Amino acid sequence: MKKLPIAKLPKLFAAISGEKTLYIPAQDASGVSKFTVWQEGMTLSPALNTVRSAKDLFFPQVENLMGFKVTGKQIELLEERDVTAPFVLFGVRACDCRSFDVLDRVFLAEPVDTYYQTRRENGTVVTMACTEPEETCFCGAFGIDAADPAGDVTCWMDGENLYWRANTEKGEALTAALTCLAEGGDDAVAAQQAQTRAVMQKLPLHDLDLSKFGAGKTKEFFARPEWKQLSESCLGCGTCTFVCPTCQCYDIQEFDNGKTVRRFRCWDSCMYSDFTKMSAGQPRPTQLERFRQRFMHKLVYYPENNDGLYSCVGCGRCLQKCPIHMNIAKVIRTLGEEAK
Amino acid sequence: MKNDPLIPNIGVVTKIRVDTPDVKTFRVVGLDGKKPFEHIPGQCAMLSVPGVGEALFSITSSPTEEEFVEFSIKKCGCVTQWLHQMEQGQQITLRGPYGNGFPVDTAFAGKDLLFIAGGIGLAPLHSVINYCRHYRDRYGKIDIVYGSRSKEDLVDFQEILDVWCREDGINVHLTIDREQPEWDGHVGFVPNYVKELGFTTDKTVVMCGPPIMIKFTLAGLMELGFARTQVYTTMELKMKCALGKCGRCNIGSKYVCKDGPVFRFDQLDELPNEY
Repeated sequence: MKKLPIAKLPKLFAAISGEKTLYIPAQDASGVSKFTVWQEGMTLSPALNTVRSAKDLFFPQVENLMGFKVTGKQIELLEERDVTAPFVLFGVRACDCRSFDVLDRVFLAEPVDTYYQTRRENGTVVTMACTEPEETCFCGAFGIDAADPAGDVTCWMDGENLYWRANTEKGEALTAALTCLAEGGDDAVAAQQAQTRAVMQKLPLHDLDLSKFGAGKTKEFFARPEWKQLSESCLGCGTCTFVCPTCQCYDIQEFDNGKTVRRFRCWDSCMYSDFTKMSAGQPRPTQLERFRQRFMHKLVYYPENNDGLYSCVGCGRCLQKCPIHMNIAKVIRTLGEEAK
Repeated sequence: MKNDPLIPNIGVVTKIRVDTPDVKTFRVVGLDGKKPFEHIPGQCAMLSVPGVGEALFSITSSPTEEEFVEFSIKKCGCVTQWLHQMEQGQQITLRGPYGNGFPVDTAFAGKDLLFIAGGIGLAPLHSVINYCRHYRDRYGKIDIVYGSRSKEDLVDFQEILDVWCREDGINVHLTIDREQPEWDGHVGFVPNYVKELGFTTDKTVVMCGPPIMIKFTLAGLMELGFARTQVYTTMELKMKCALGKCGRCNIGSKYVCKDGPVFRFDQLDELPNEY
């Protein structure tokens, strides 16, 4: 364990920034907290978490895949891949860090998505343990310890110090370059962890029970009548999918500028009617089917394909952002409690 | 250029055959003039026209065809409209093959095969039928029931008449929906025709066609005493990546692009009825 007085944080950021591009959670002029490239004078956001998740850095909302030049009947392929340089992602919460595992199992499964893979290889993840989890947090339900997040480096912060622990080779390499860090801090971290874990136990969603869900439960949940009532008010706005750190569905579209064609991918949402609409028909004709797909995927289908791992990390963003106050916690409660 | 499964190859359309008023068959080779890839009957490939879009099509030609791949495509959306307008020599992009394909060398080996197709549903079966014809001694008797709206809508009609109908051990049963001049064959819908023909239940069935045909033909087969484990079909849902990642072609926990498109009906019974 290493430590650094809080007052020297700018010095730490400057040192990391000297090595690689550094992203920290910072507030913009309108008070929105987001991962931002650190510059001199920029401070950490006071918000518990960023509005959009950390997945942006590995799976950006829009990303160029390739280009084409079309001349008459001929097509030429053009390299239009966005260039990514090595970067450090500082201040990732335990929930978002777990979301990388969820995304890895999709994008790094064969055949490997090299766009995502390059970003993952280039990124060093420095997590920040939580001390003041909010009412909407339920990472504990997924076995995530907010007091001891994963990542290449794990950090803790109290009123006096930042504590720093390298977990991986990448983390060690970054640590070796940072001479401002001093040894010590184990006791302070242990004390803080005990405190945070006690708070986690008092959160309203700490006892959210997932035991009824998981692999092999499709038949049990798919035809449940509660989907109607749960999905009734859903506007299909897709906000939940856009703030979700584990939602990974994407669309591929093209932009023709008259000279060349750029093929890019962008986030898509299973909450949208166009998502599955074909000229031959629509397998999910109403919002009920789309809504059901999203939650069945997170709680049943994904675990079935991924050794029981749920595709939700309990970050609580969808609880905060849904305009009709519907969310995965309500779905888990409603369907889970009634399950035989 | 750095490689990625999403980055396609360039192909050249060397022949375009008009099959029906809304179906054309496109022959595609690589830039080197050779067959672009090897595949298994029932697999699919992503074709695209830059600036228009990319879509998944079943490969119509048999893997035993050494020079090229072919795709029979019905005009029904943006990409297919464009494909139908193009001329010979046009380059397109292609990537694949994708999916599991039919178990031609395992479950089908040594079996009597019954192919049932409706309309453009013949496209994916065309590949299997010609594969089985090529390795004729590996399979038992072959029956093909194929129906369409009219005589003009029968895909591959010339090949069916000139080749398939003339081979020993292959019985072709054609039908069209309504009476029309110059048609002395069967008239009626595929499901009823299958029941009329009254096949014995020792056959392995491969079926593809519009959902309504599938539904009633499957029911007919059940009445004849077939088991759902004997009947195979191939599915189609909207896809963007064909790699099991873009997240839209799932039926329950299975992705049509990588776990399918070929499923047995007992396997589909295990999945939610959302297709």
